[in-house]
Amino acid sequence: MAKTVAATGNEAVANALRQVNPDVSAAYPITPATDIMQRFTSFVSNGKVKTEMILVESEHSAMSACIGASAAGGRVMTVTSSQGLALMWEMLFIASGLRLPIVMPVVNRALSAPLNIHCDHSDAMGARDSGWIQLWSENGQEAYDNTIQAFLIGEHMDIRLPVMVCMDGFIISHSIERIEYLEDNEVKNFIGEFRQLNPLLDIEHPVSYGPLILPDYYMEFRKAQDEVESKVFRVVLDAAKDFEKISGRKYGLFETYRLDDAEIGLVILNSAAGTSKDVIDEFRNRGIKAGLLKPRLYRPFPYKETGEALKHLKAVCVLDRADAFGGSYGPLFIDISTSLYTYSKKPILINKIYGLGGRDYLPEHAELVLNELTEIAKTEKVKTIKEYIGVRG
Amino acid sequence: MARPLSLKEISKKEVLISSGHRMCAGCGAPTVIKMVLLASDYPIIAATATGCLEVSTCISDYTAWKIPWIHSAFENAAATISGVETMYRSLKKQGVISKEIKFVAFGGDGGTYDIGLQSLSGAVERGHDMLYICYDNQAYMNTGIQRSSATPRGADTTTMPAGSVVPGKTEPRKNLTRIMAAHDLPYAAQASPSHWMDLMKKVRKAFDIKGPKFMNILSPCNRGWRSRTDEAIMLSRLAVETCHWPLYEVEYGVTKITFKPKEKKPIVDFLKPQGRFKHLFKPENEWMIKKLQEDIDREWERLQKEASLSAP
Amino acid sequence: MKLKGWGELTPGAVILEAGNAVEFKTGSWRSFRPIWKEENCIQCLFCWLYCPDMAIKVKDGKRAEFDYDYCKGCGTCALECPGKKGQKAIVMVEEAK
Ligand SMILES: Cc1ncc(C[n+]2csc(CCOP(=O)(O)OP(=O)(O)O)c2C)c(N)n1
Ligand code: SF4
Ligand code: SF4
Ligand code: SF4
Ligand SMILES: [Mg+2]
Repeated sequence: MAKTVAATGNEAVANALRQVNPDVSAAYPITPATDIMQRFTSFVSNGKVKTEMILVESEHSAMSACIGASAAGGRVMTVTSSQGLALMWEMLFIASGLRLPIVMPVVNRALSAPLNIHCDHSDAMGARDSGWIQLWSENGQEAYDNTIQAFLIGEHMDIRLPVMVCMDGFIISHSIERIEYLEDNEVKNFIGEFRQLNPLLDIEHPVSYGPLILPDYYMEFRKAQDEVESKVFRVVLDAAKDFEKISGRKYGLFETYRLDDAEIGLVILNSAAGTSKDVIDEFRNRGIKAGLLKPRLYRPFPYKETGEALKHLKAVCVLDRADAFGGSYGPLFIDISTSLYTYSKKPILINKIYGLGGRDYLPEHAELVLNELTEIAKTEKVKTIKEYIGVRG
Repeated sequence: MARPLSLKEISKKEVLISSGHRMCAGCGAPTVIKMVLLASDYPIIAATATGCLEVSTCISDYTAWKIPWIHSAFENAAATISGVETMYRSLKKQGVISKEIKFVAFGGDGGTYDIGLQSLSGAVERGHDMLYICYDNQAYMNTGIQRSSATPRGADTTTMPAGSVVPGKTEPRKNLTRIMAAHDLPYAAQASPSHWMDLMKKVRKAFDIKGPKFMNILSPCNRGWRSRTDEAIMLSRLAVETCHWPLYEVEYGVTKITFKPKEKKPIVDFLKPQGRFKHLFKPENEWMIKKLQEDIDREWERLQKEASLSAP
Repeated sequence: MKLKGWGELTPGAVILEAGNAVEFKTGSWRSFRPIWKEENCIQCLFCWLYCPDMAIKVKDGKRAEFDYDYCKGCGTCALECPGKKGQKAIVMVEEAK
């Protein structure tokens, strides 16, 4: 029997991790993710989990210890944000390259400089090509559900990849909402026993992890990894199906909201999707066919499915809570335009950068964008492709 | 039961690092690793930092390691092994594993004194049951003999080459063994492959102590030291006999010198056969040799005093 | 050896065959060859211990032949060999070209 509680996003994720009950966790404090680990270590201190903690001296060591622990042969997780994720950068590629199914909730926060502890997506976006699977979450419920599914997905024998679960710092991590928890044993049965693959601790079968690879083989290993990525979609959908059976909640590669017959649409990640949906309802009430697509599995990116879902629209705005320096577009925009690239008939695309460093995303921002899209759909004319919104002139 | 430490006995053991590795001919490191592995009768799992040892012993699709082994990056051998060791403790507590296993990390001087010092210090403070071994060849050899904080004063390296203005490395070595001992860890020691019995005894002792242990082992590198390929053992012996590399241990705060040369040889004996010190013998650089000798005399004095204070 | 295609690789490049580096022969690196003169050998086994390439075999606690498949000819064994009455039990000779 599911239990409904009022909890913050961090609390929900900490509870998911308690229910998963990993063998080892290594962690280092950073706002706004610290709170998850504080809650989790109190489970450790009170015997609520069997987890052995490694309270490391840096995030670089946190990921390094997770890599050692995972290669040793057990279930491993850590949590981080922003600078912590940036410090792990080197090790992220090593975790995925060694094919270790480590799970890591990332509480999204801006990157320094200037120092800012509030929400944006620069941290996880910077790690989007590190070979980790990324699941993004609109609210605490999704963060909870994604965290549980992440273990099943990453540990799948066809996959064996690390998984990040992203949720918005403070906006979700520290806000109380209504959340439905599964029963402990439902989670336990859902993820199953950890299955080892070439564990270091099997001293009867000594294996070597992390060889030097010369040009004669490096490319084959990259290709093999690229192939694995292509299997992730199926596994994510299967996990979602199984998860629906125990939770009643539906998940896919992305969520569409009133998109099927839409003419204009927004593409937006995480918490801002919630605000946007309300505004879309208002536009629908006024007879304007607006819709929304919220990516969930952001890495690997389901280009084909996303393109299919968006191709019939007249105008689409991709909202990025991170910018790519160098005069480029936002990272989500680049992926969405790539997903539509192969279609001859496709929507006109624009890109808005919003909400950096914790700047509020308000209904009026969505309204502004939807009005602009209505105009573009009518005139087929675009003034500026990329623009910051909610910024002072 | 541990085998007695006689070569006749230990030569009956399987050497757990194989032939076919690609360290340079005459490199000291494989011999150091071989001695460490031979000393233990426990099953061992090892982590290795990026460096000569790592790149030459595990080149896909070949591994010279006959024990479970992991390399993840350069600065984190201690953090990596602490993860492995923690998973072992977790699974042991859960009853999944019952075997007694020992955990070792090998790092070069660059990977230990410099970029990996934080990770090592953290792992030691956390008290993991592991032995960290620095094979110290006194420079970043894998990337082509760059200066490290373990490089001795005066040595010619590719980033502090001996020139007309800069006479090689101008600073003295970092005393890492002391820094590690200052962590108040159960066991820290310095060893040399020339004194194999001393080295193996220390490894054995370390494995039988619970908690974090550190050993600093001199590992001659003919390529970087510009010496002959047959001199690794000879040079490590001279390092000990000149007290450039004193053999000692600090066990629960008690310092003991484990080998006292009958007669302390002048540092020149250690410098002479090595091309990296050649320029020091020019008249204008002789002050560097004097300084080196002073460094050594001071540290040897200090160490003896420390040992005498610890003496029962 | 035929190189494997991407579909035949182990996940994460993990090597499952412990010590398979023995398939990689390093004997061709040698320009000098150590020769064992058994008559001068006192069976101290220092050569076995110090050899960085595990290229000196020991059988039942007794020194056996060199393994020229792996010996890189560094000469460490010869330098460290005490021999008998000032006569080395290992000498280095130039490899025939
Ligand atoms: C983060 C990082 N910085 C630099 C390097 C390049 N690098 C690889 S090995 C090495 C030198 C290793 O020196 P040491 O630890 O002394 O080992 P040695 O090769 O001398 O045995 C360096 C600088 C790296 N691999 N990773
Ligand atoms: S460069 Fe030096 S340390 Fe590296 S393999 Fe060669 S001899 Fe050994
Ligand atoms: S070192 Fe010399 S004397 Fe000793 S066992 Fe080897 S060959 Fe014989
Ligand atoms: S010459 Fe070097 S590699 Fe060959 S057997 Fe002697 S010590 Fe070993
Ligand atoms: Mg070095």
